[in-house]
Amino acid sequence: MAPPSNRRSGFSRRAQYTTFFGYLAAGLGALVGGGLLIASLTDSSRFSGVRSAATDVTAPVAKAAAASRAEGSGLFSAIAGYFTSGKENADLRREVALARVKLVEAQAVAEENKRLKDLLGLARQDPKPVAVALMIGSSSSSTRRFATISAGRDQGVAIGMPVRSPLGLVGRVLEVGDSTSRVLLITDTESIVPVRRASDGIPAFTTGRADGTLQLRLISLGINPLKRGDVVVTSGSGGLYHPGTAVAVVDRLLPDGAIARVLSDPAATEYVTVEPIWSQMATPAGTAGTTPGTSASASPAPVNPATGSTAR
Amino acid sequence: MIQSRLQRQLSDPFRKKINRAPSPLIAIVVPWLTIMLGSLSPTWPVVASAPLLPPLGFLVLLAWRQLRPGVLPVWAGLPLGLFDDLYSGQPLGSAVLLWSIALIALEIIELRFPWRNFFLDWLVAAGLILVYLPTAMGLAMGRMPSPVVLAPQLLFSVFAYPLVGRLVALFDRLRLVRFRALG
Repeated sequence: MAPPSNRRSGFSRRAQYTTFFGYLAAGLGALVGGGLLIASLTDSSRFSGVRSAATDVTAPVAKAAAASRAEGSGLFSAIAGYFTSGKENADLRREVALARVKLVEAQAVAEENKRLKDLLGLARQDPKPVAVALMIGSSSSSTRRFATISAGRDQGVAIGMPVRSPLGLVGRVLEVGDSTSRVLLITDTESIVPVRRASDGIPAFTTGRADGTLQLRLISLGINPLKRGDVVVTSGSGGLYHPGTAVAVVDRLLPDGAIARVLSDPAATEYVTVEPIWSQMATPAGTAGTTPGTSASASPAPVNPATGSTAR
Repeated sequence: MIQSRLQRQLSDPFRKKINRAPSPLIAIVVPWLTIMLGSLSPTWPVVASAPLLPPLGFLVLLAWRQLRPGVLPVWAGLPLGLFDDLYSGQPLGSAVLLWSIALIALEIIELRFPWRNFFLDWLVAAGLILVYLPTAMGLAMGRMPSPVVLAPQLLFSVFAYPLVGRLVALFDRLRLVRFRALG
């Protein structure tokens, strides 16, 4: 393609100045960008107000789009269902037969659990959700894993609250706008979740790897007791996440831990619940004021002082 | 009979162009708007657990800049990058810096190669994407990203560029539709 002729400034002094100042402005733009970058890297919460305001503006459109996403994915799974229905049917029958037995056993365990709790005088503490929200978007091209949900300050959401779906933990609230909030997904590289193995309670913590999987690191080093297929749940240490929320399943073993797959894939999640911060809910009303205010700081729960970096 | 002939004549696209001109406002605004729409892709109904989608705002910017040199000023990286940063999830300022540098680089490349075809444009865009994505990821994570995370998005972005270029060409034709009556 021929170069456009109108870009040559020729002898026109005015055109020459326009070109020159254009270059000058471009250089200044790069410098301004560098300055902004340094400012936002040194203090990550510095521009959060601007960002949440911008997300609030686009929230109505994004909500409508999120509803259509659910319909779209439903359509695809319906089509896929025709191809796999026979095998799936057999599998499901077998699973139902197993599950019936398990259910009776679980009822017995629940009965026993209730009786023992009554003996100890413990009250059952189910986290009452702060808000139920629609997942309306995520940083799909950036390496940082953020999602936007359709509940904000007006619905009572505060910074640090854990966000979960029926399948498991999704992340925690990082920035709050009026009607939307930004969630740090557990797959983000800055996210650290204290967990334990569901079967026997071996403590560990997970950090995101930004590719949809989690790195599981054991707290006590030694022989790696993890096996493929182990499920880890939140341990509640650090006081942020409710103990017992499912997080991930071990996929591949490493010398000091494992790579785990997230149970609640954000891409397949439509509705999420925002839960109150565990430590604030668990402490009795009289002593709640004396605990360090977790909602004031951006990252209340570093698990391990040596590794617990705060979220940017 | 006569009426149908009149209708045929009126529906002729070339007849419509007589005494009509494109709107200067739309001709200027459309490139900026399409780039901003591309930057809004994180609010699209795609929730991903890993970075997969190409940086659409950046691709549309490259396509406009290469298809129609001169339609965007050299300093366009500052306002457009700022808008992109508000929605991309990157630390604020990374797109401002990288887009400004990319536009200056394109200007230099254009001085060096005034006559270009589409494959050279694609090559240049691929080179810029190959630098832009790892740098943006490095800025966001504070260290170099692993190739496993990087490779799928890089491939998607490089192969999405011709499609984005097609789309931009379509918008370019719409931009210059003559609908404003003269006189």
